This record gives sequence, structure tokens and C-alpha cells, in this order.
Amino acid sequence: MLFSAQNLTMFGVGILETLYMTLVSTLMAYVIGLPLGLALVLTDKDGIRPKTAVNKILGAVVNILRSIPFLILLVMVMPLTRAIVGTTLGSTAVIVPLVIAAGPFIARMVESSIKEVDRGVIEAAQSMGASTMQIVWKVMLPEAMPSLVVGAAISVTTILGYSAMSGIVGGGGLGNIAITYGYNRNEQDIMLVAVILLVLIVQVLQEVGMRLSKRKDKRIS
Amino acid sequence: MEQQKPIIELKNMSKTFYGKNGEVHALDGIDLTIYEGEIFGIIGMSGAGKSTLVRCINFLEKPTGGEVVVAGQTMGSLSEKQLNEARRKMGMIFQQFNLLMQRTALKNVCFPMEIAGVPKAQAESRAKELLELVGLSERADAYPAQLSGGQKQRVAIARALATNPQVLLCDEATSALDPDTTRGVLALLKEINKKLGITIVIITHEMSVIEEICTRVAIIDESRIAEVGLTEDVFTSPQSAIGRRLVYPEDHTVQHFGGSRCCRIVFDGRSSFEPVIANMVLECRAPVNILFADTKNIDGQAFGQIIVQLPEDELTAKRMLVYLKEHGIKAEEVAEHAV
Repeated sequence: MLFSAQNLTMFGVGILETLYMTLVSTLMAYVIGLPLGLALVLTDKDGIRPKTAVNKILGAVVNILRSIPFLILLVMVMPLTRAIVGTTLGSTAVIVPLVIAAGPFIARMVESSIKEVDRGVIEAAQSMGASTMQIVWKVMLPEAMPSLVVGAAISVTTILGYSAMSGIVGGGGLGNIAITYGYNRNEQDIMLVAVILLVLIVQVLQEVGMRLSKRKDKRIS
Repeated sequence: MEQQKPIIELKNMSKTFYGKNGEVHALDGIDLTIYEGEIFGIIGMSGAGKSTLVRCINFLEKPTGGEVVVAGQTMGSLSEKQLNEARRKMGMIFQQFNLLMQRTALKNVCFPMEIAGVPKAQAESRAKELLELVGLSERADAYPAQLSGGQKQRVAIARALATNPQVLLCDEATSALDPDTTRGVLALLKEINKKLGITIVIITHEMSVIEEICTRVAIIDESRIAEVGLTEDVFTSPQSAIGRRLVYPEDHTVQHFGGSRCCRIVFDGRSSFEPVIANMVLECRAPVNILFADTKNIDGQAFGQIIVQLPEDELTAKRMLVYLKEHGIKAEEVAEHAV
């Protein structure tokens, strides 16, 4: 039976695990990615705190981490995962590689959003005697907010995709269900349900993000 | 001028940009004194360095040579914190308005006060007053996207005035506006200057903006100041080549008529109620050919010039020049190319 009580519980747990991995990882990745993205903008040669060397180093680190395929990163950071979480299996363990992969990704998303802020508006703030921190908090982040929210929606769905991949090495969630049943046991129907659920979650998250962004944006009246 | 207390002094200031294509001398040996309470215009063709000049006043661009003194403070000697304090005493408005798009008009005006640490309630009540001053109190809750260009610039002016600045810097503030709106914004600036006694520095490429409100004007050309003077003086007799080009923008069409003797008649306000040309023609009983005429109203007086082609007859031409001279009208014979 596809929709037996046992399977339903399994799907329910799978959904919760997927959401847990995705949301916690996204949150933690933003803790790294947001300041990193801001630093990339500020230290750029056209930024308000140009520091070419720092900018080049940060850019290189981000690019290196971004170019490692997630599946390989997942395996590579296992010793670190074990050191932090105590195991390499389960949903919590997957959060470590997810954060490492998503942090630099989010940094680039944040960077491109902040760069959309009109240079003239920043100049105006400077002409009023705003400090760098005031420009970041009162100009860059609020003015880029609609774009940052869209970026967050894209990031969260990308991380959700990554989290599903972790099923291969014993992560949790819907990805794990799809791989365990669909690939290892060849139970195609269970895999299909897991995939449909993943698609639905992505749709919902994306839609929520877009609506939030639109409501926040005061440029369109 | 009633007051002669300098508020902005540029001393041998220069700014060089070091780019991929070598050095660019944007400004070179600029000496300029702007006095308290005046409306000072800086005009030049695009690329002349005027936008860089105004940015050097509030150190958005750091000059690479010379000194900038504003209200007795040497800008170059200030720490970053002091510089930010000094900038609060100078408001600035821009061609593209540069309002915060995610804030209402009221919140935009509050913005510089937030930065300066003014308590929120106090900032809001002052912002309301300022919106009243610029005639936009009923649009306080509108976002910039809902405002017209002129309204946006008014909000920007209110915002620039929020911290009670001594100086208002205007960088091509009317260049993105249509003529009617421009007139409105200029009238507002004039009113602010009169009411609050704020020194206003206006950067523009439009001569009409200078005529409309500036008491004095500096013409900047090729990174240097070509000439400085009272607006009416510069208008009636520009000394520099670039000055003549700006005052007579129709230059090239006049040259077309070159060959015979031309005379430039200058109106400086006194002779504006007298039909000068007609009287001269009647007196000398010979016609003249009007090649170029441009008379304007500056501060309630008429200024401008008319260029006429004098009759072929030497004697009649001479009589006309004498006639003008006798009637106290500035007139000079101009060579074909010097018009």
C-alpha cells in the first residue's frame, strides 16, 4: 500500500526533516553569507571601502567553495561533520556541508542584490555624513530588500535541492526516501510521491518569497 | 553684495584621477571664494569638471592638491568622524534626486536626522515642517515612485535642509526636469536662500539657470576657472572664449552672415525701456539687419544683446555707432568670427 499509515508517517517525517535541514541551513548560511556578501560589495574597488587585496581573497574563497560539486563537498567535509555533530548520518549532520556550500552561494546572491542599489543614493547618504555602518543598515539593506527576499527564495530552494542530494550518503528527509525506496529498492511509486512533495515544497517556498518581495517593494506603485 | 564673509574657499585645488588610461586632470589650480548668503553658479560644458568640483567641496571626492576650507574648517585635515560632522552642515541635491525608494517622502526627509541621531518624534515633526516649506505636506506618505520629478526634487531639497545646513550644493539639480518644473524648483531655491540665508552653490550646464537665480557665476572650462564675476557682468560682457560661447550659444549661425560690418548692442537693464534700434534707424535713416537677438529678464531687469549688420555705407555705419555711444548704450563693432 502506497498510502499506508506507515508510509504516511514516513512522508510526514520526511517533509519535516527536509524543512528542518533546509531552513536551519539557510539561516546559518545567511549568518555567513550576508556579511560576506556585504564585505564583497564594500571592499570592491568601486565600493565605499575599497580594499582590493581583501576583496580578491574573499572572492577567491567564495569561488573555490562554489566550484566544488555539492556531492563531493558532502564527502570531503565528513571529518569536520563528525567533529561537530558527532556523526555523518541523519538530517543534523547534513547541515554542516549544506552551510559550507550555501554560505558562498548566498554571499554572491547578496552581493548582486546590494549592487543593484543606486550608487547615487549611497552618495547622497555619504553627503549627509552617514558612516559605513549606517549606509549598510539604513541604505543598502533596506533599499535592496525586495531583491534580497527574491535571493532568499532562490537560495532556500537551491539548498532544498542540495539537501535532497544528501540522501545518497545517509542524510535525512524526502531525498533520502526517494533514494532509499526508488533507487535502492526500486519502489518507483514511493520515489514519485517523494519527488512530488519536493516539487510542491519548492513551489510554495518560491511563491511565498516572490509575494513577500513584491509586497515589500515600493518602487512599483 | 551685503555680506562678504567667505564660507567656501578653494585654494589652488586640483583633482587628478589615476585610471587605466593614465592621469586625468579633472581640476587644475582652482581658486574660488564663495561668500555667505549668496547663490553662486558654476557653469561649464559637460566634462569640464564641474561635478567633480562640487564633490570636492564636501569631500565626496578628495582633492589631490590644494585646500578646501568650509566655514573656517580645512576639510583635508578632518578625521573621518569630523568629516561626517562637517558634511551635515552641507546639504546636497542631485540631478537624479537620489531618494531612498523604499521610504516615504516623510521618512526620506527624516533620514539625515536619523543619521545625526535626532530623536524620532523630533525628526518627524521637523520633516513635516520642511515638507510644508517645499509645498508637499499632503504627499508626506507617498513613496518616491508615486511622485513626479519636480516633487521628488522638492523632497530632496527638504531632505537636504533637514540638518540645518549652512550650504546647499546643487549638482545639476534641474537638468532632469522640464522648463516649467525647473522654474518652480529654482523659485523654491531662491525662497530658501532668502528665508533661511543658506548659501547655495549651483552646478549647471544651462545658462538659463544661472540667469534665473545666481548672483555670481564662475565659468569652468578644461579643468580650470575661465572667469568669475557678477552674473550681469558675465552676461553683458563675457571675457573668456568659453564665456562668449555660453552666452551666445547661437554663435555658429551668426558667423554665417560674416563678411560685412557687425555691431553688438548690449542691454544692461537701463536702456530696456527705450526702442533703441528703431530710434537709431529713424535717426540715421538707414536700415540695419538684425542677425541675432537675445534679451532676458534677470532679477527684474532686462539684459541681453542684439547683433546687427550695419549698412555698407561707411559714414552711416559710423553715425550709428556714435548714436549708440551718445545714448549711453554699450555697443561694439565685432569682427566676423568674434561674435
